[in-house]
Amino acid sequence: MSLQLTRRRFIKGVIFSSAAAASGAGVYLASAQSRPNAAVERLLSLNINGRSRLVDVAPTETLAFTLRNKLGLTGLKVACNRGECGACTVLLDDVANYSCSVLTHTVKQYNISTVEGLRAADGTLSAVQQGFIEELSPQCGFCTPGQVMSATALLRANPSPTREEARQALAGNLCRCGAYDHYLNGVMRASELLS
Amino acid sequence: MTFMHLGKDFTPPDVEGKVTGDAKYVEDFQPEGLVYARLLTSPLPSGSIRSIDVSAALRMDGVLGVITADDLPPSNAPANPMLASSDITYVGQPILAVAAISDAIAENALDAVHVEYEYRAFVTDPLESLTEGGPNAYPDGNVLQQTNTLEDENATIRGGFGTIKWPASEIERLRNGEEPQNVDFADGWTYGELDAAFAESDIIVEESFVTAGTPHHCMEPRSAMANWENGKCYFYASTQSQSAVDEGLASMLGIEPENLCIISEYTGGGFGSKGSSYPIMGVCGHFARLLNRPLQLRITREEEYYIGVGRPGMQGWVKTGVRTDGTVAAIDVIIISDGGPTGRNSASSSAQHLSVVYTPSAMRLRNIPVFTNTAPRGAQRGPGQNEMSAAIAPIMDKSARQLGMDRAEFRKINAPHSESPVYETQGPLTSAFLAEAIDMASTMFNWTERETQTRSRNGNKVRGLGIGLGYHSAGGSGYDGLVRIDPTGKIFLHSGVGNLGTYSYADTTRAAAEVLQCNWDNCEILRGNTEQNLPHSSVQGGSNTIFTHTRTSWVAAEDAVNKLKEIAAMEFGGSVADYSIADERVFRTDDSSKGMSYGQAATKAVELGGKYNGEEYPDDIHPITQRAVQGIAGSGLIGVAKDNLPKRGIAPGLTVGMTEIEIDLETGKFEVLDYVAVSDCGTVIHPQGLSQQINGGAVWGIGMAATERHVYDPQNGLPANIGFYQAKLPTFLDVPATMQNAGVDIADPYNPAGGRGVGEPSQGCAVAALTSAISDALDGHLFNRVPVTADMIVNYSVENEQEAKMLALNTF
Repeated sequence: MSLQLTRRRFIKGVIFSSAAAASGAGVYLASAQSRPNAAVERLLSLNINGRSRLVDVAPTETLAFTLRNKLGLTGLKVACNRGECGACTVLLDDVANYSCSVLTHTVKQYNISTVEGLRAADGTLSAVQQGFIEELSPQCGFCTPGQVMSATALLRANPSPTREEARQALAGNLCRCGAYDHYLNGVMRASELLS
Repeated sequence: MTFMHLGKDFTPPDVEGKVTGDAKYVEDFQPEGLVYARLLTSPLPSGSIRSIDVSAALRMDGVLGVITADDLPPSNAPANPMLASSDITYVGQPILAVAAISDAIAENALDAVHVEYEYRAFVTDPLESLTEGGPNAYPDGNVLQQTNTLEDENATIRGGFGTIKWPASEIERLRNGEEPQNVDFADGWTYGELDAAFAESDIIVEESFVTAGTPHHCMEPRSAMANWENGKCYFYASTQSQSAVDEGLASMLGIEPENLCIISEYTGGGFGSKGSSYPIMGVCGHFARLLNRPLQLRITREEEYYIGVGRPGMQGWVKTGVRTDGTVAAIDVIIISDGGPTGRNSASSSAQHLSVVYTPSAMRLRNIPVFTNTAPRGAQRGPGQNEMSAAIAPIMDKSARQLGMDRAEFRKINAPHSESPVYETQGPLTSAFLAEAIDMASTMFNWTERETQTRSRNGNKVRGLGIGLGYHSAGGSGYDGLVRIDPTGKIFLHSGVGNLGTYSYADTTRAAAEVLQCNWDNCEILRGNTEQNLPHSSVQGGSNTIFTHTRTSWVAAEDAVNKLKEIAAMEFGGSVADYSIADERVFRTDDSSKGMSYGQAATKAVELGGKYNGEEYPDDIHPITQRAVQGIAGSGLIGVAKDNLPKRGIAPGLTVGMTEIEIDLETGKFEVLDYVAVSDCGTVIHPQGLSQQINGGAVWGIGMAATERHVYDPQNGLPANIGFYQAKLPTFLDVPATMQNAGVDIADPYNPAGGRGVGEPSQGCAVAALTSAISDALDGHLFNRVPVTADMIVNYSVENEQEAKMLALNTF
């Protein structure tokens, strides 16, 4: 493996170059340790928020890790890392998915949307974002990007949901602050903004 | 009083970042050169460390170092150490941390560490430890002999080891709902003539009860990042408080507070568990200094359940005496607390809840905090008050039913008013309007009519109505406020309150805008980073910020207004009394043309120096505020003051909840059909924020009533709840799609802004309404346990014995 690093080489690298941060190098080293011998496609082209991004991905890497640690898209949150809470929700072709439970190697063919991609080019917030602000939907905000993405998926499929439909659609997103009522208000407000 | 800002909805400035993903939490900061640390945690509940061998881990490529207790200041049990030195007291206790160039390498390196342990007997149920011959969590004892009182519930409990054992016969009495005889207690208090008060009681009810310990489930685990530059520590913290963490963390790191900068703009939930500095922060700070690198200590979801503290469970007994007129004469309560390895307990605050919401003429608390080899415990939303509200609600219903009295009326008769004496001290309240809240809720819920109707039954489904009361002290005093007007006229509101998601950091600064009579759009809140020059503020917890920091904002803004008027008087003659403010101008009241803008006055303040521009400041402000003023001195007109406003006794947050539920006797599940809550929290400062707190508290109440609990395997002491679903917090589908709420909106006379807090009692009233409703639906049956799980309801409905032994704790 060409990217095998010794600690000495790594430290020298940190000291003498500005090359892509220690964290990046560590990711490659860890990848090298866990990489199987058989050749695995390594550089993936991913379609994220309408842009094509080329990224070096380990075979066991989750989409949440790739987005947060390789591409700097830290909007999604990793709260459980085991598909329980929905804080890492992103859209794959407009369908809400837990990115902590999706391997990056499996999503090459999808359009991936994260919370960072919802604003219009001129900075205008999406209807869901605006609705959530007007209804003061978030409390601590850690689950909010996931709630925003689940609500976005719902409204793309069904722009005029009932409150009960919204409740069902967001049921995979936990909120410890218990802001559920206000999130539903936000979804209904967003639906009004869209109509 | 009509306010221009307070009482109106607004958009707090941090909301947009939350919906766009721009808001940065600890793990979102990934600076150049960041290295990653992970914890090795104990696999056993009790024992000691014989040896640690990290040589293999250190030889791994990418591993940068290891930190153990030997690298840290010593800690004395039962204080919770940063890393275990010799004693192991719970599964998941941090033993060491490994740092590497990636999180994955650090995690892999943990497998290469070899630790030799010595096993010791463990205990997970306090009553087992209290029984003669039962195991102790520590070799030195089984009970915390507490030496400090917990006026601030976020304070660290101090004390040493004691040993208390009861004969098995007396443990059995307690399990059977009877008062144990001739046994020792660790602590307690009494007021009034207890025997005489019981003697004049007509209805006496005696019950034992148990409330489960519960994890906090903060969505953001308590990861931390530290970076040292020239002896100064930049600490990225998941903390619900800002300036209140300064001194504790600085002391943990062995530095002066001025050499610590805390960055915490956003925090993903705390609920009491991140109120003040906590031990794992120290590991991160020390390790970063040791390696001289920016270091992130990542805490996983699983580890959050180990070290994220939790609510202590309680095993108890209560005897209540009620007179024929419905007034509560006496309450006698025993509380055995599950203190985990730290002895943390909420016995006194549990009993104080009873003293406030039922105002008994006489009362006694006897308690024992027992150590167990379970998770360390800490403050959790309404610590003590809320679990006690859950336990007592159906018991009080029983008395009301025996009297033939409406349950809401019973509570109203006993509700505290502004002159009611409370607590063991029988001291005063600032004000209280709980009876008014009960009236409002009754109207909104249509309580009286619904209560008198026969409970409907539909096949296996039965319905019940419940009422619950929540209380928490909700306001402090003595902290500092700081505002600044710069020469352009822009107004900066400095807040040292943390950002837990309640928006109180913003709500409270609006009190300053109110006093300055200024445009909100011209104000900027400075917060979230020590280098923003933040004043000394309270812990953001204990439902106190609305009261505490509208007051500090108020006094700081008044100081600024006074200085504006003094400067104008220098320019246009007369005295301060001759001047008014409006539209961000200060002018002569008798001739508004003689005046100047805030910006002009600030320019003048900069020229004048002294107290006007912050070169001088009051003697009584805290050193943290002094440093903040020094940081902005000369940059504008500075308003700074300590809150020396009068305050009489306890500022209460009081809330009533009413609910209707439907229980499915076949599945044991219940559905909340309707929920109404009304809070007596003084003047409503921020209506949307109030609604968030009341509804959010209701969701917490549903979790406490139905599903959340610590469970430990009795064979190996392993926790069964190390994921969200295992001590399940409510989801969208567990709560009603709509809940109703309101505030009484009567001003508290001891706050110029009128407000008091609400966050904690909003859970207490909800869980109490639910335990009350469950009992109501089941013909008055008392489970005397929370949570009331589905299997308990099924066992009741088919007349099976309950699975758990009476009063057993930390079990299914």
